[in-house]
Amino acid sequence: MSVNEKIVSDLVANNVEFVTTVPCKQLAGVIDQIDACDDIYHIPSNKEDEGMGLCAGAFMGGKRPAIIMQNTAIGVTINTLVTLTQYYRMPLPMLISYRGELGEPVACQVEMAVHTKALLNQLNIPTYHFHHEDDVNEFDAILKHTFMCNKPVAILTDASFWKGY
Amino acid sequence: MIRSEILKEIAPVISEHLVVCNIGLPSQELHMIDDQPTNFYMLGTMGLSSSIGLGVALAQDKKVISIDGDGSVLTNFGTLPTIANNVADNFILLIIDNGSYGSTGDQPTYAGRKTSLTAVAKACGCENVIECKAEETRGVLEDALKSDKMTIIVAKCESGNIKVPVITMDPVVIRDRFMKQVHS
Repeated sequence: MSVNEKIVSDLVANNVEFVTTVPCKQLAGVIDQIDACDDIYHIPSNKEDEGMGLCAGAFMGGKRPAIIMQNTAIGVTINTLVTLTQYYRMPLPMLISYRGELGEPVACQVEMAVHTKALLNQLNIPTYHFHHEDDVNEFDAILKHTFMCNKPVAILTDASFWKGY
Repeated sequence: MIRSEILKEIAPVISEHLVVCNIGLPSQELHMIDDQPTNFYMLGTMGLSSSIGLGVALAQDKKVISIDGDGSVLTNFGTLPTIANNVADNFILLIIDNGSYGSTGDQPTYAGRKTSLTAVAKACGCENVIECKAEETRGVLEDALKSDKMTIIVAKCESGNIKVPVITMDPVVIRDRFMKQVHS
């Protein structure tokens, strides 16, 4: 099973039926698979804070949500994470491409990478970092943990995990 | 007519439906006029009333009304193409367009100048977009609820605020009682 298949299969196994995405080149494969998956309603959003609003609504409507986005989105979504997702105690798995790590060809991406973990730490968001391909085996447990504790949870996935950029 | 007067008029129409209400004075006014467990009050997060409402509507079958403002929609403009392309016929977006940022002191918005939110919504692909005068809002909303079609209503009204207390209810209580109504 490929990494992308494993991610989508774990989402489905954990009853995640509503996924919003803002694309990143590293995430293109998993976004394609989500779009093709009959068990998941895929709703692309135009900005990540909009996507978190959609996820909050879907959760209250009875569907487990998830968001897929780039780490630059942390800069966009701090207010939403704090005043919506955390304030109302809602679960939100965030599968995040960790741009700006080893193998990154675009220098500007490093500028956000150096802040990513510090910001997540400041926000008290449980954070997991997938660096080796085998790390994906924790994804199922992370999803269960997220819906157990009703918190936003970050899964950072770097270029080494995705086998290059 | 100002926003609070529209809310008073529509309160009996929306009281049985799920309502997601915009941050600031709109939520405080609705809370004072007719607090219902079916109301989800936004205590923060400018701009996301329409996104939260669409999410609720897509996830279940009950009718959902998002009460939004012109300033708030301008903040989250990307919401209109998302709504247009993800049709939920149990969703109504009511934009109370007073041409100003009411909660922050009535600073004018671009919607009160050259920009027509009605035209923007149509250009984004929304199929049922109705602009109305404040006084017509209740009737237009009743028709939209009957139509079983996703509808965007842009209700043009005057800017102005009334004195209202802040909402002191805990956010988790607001969310919990709303979810109980969703699943009742």
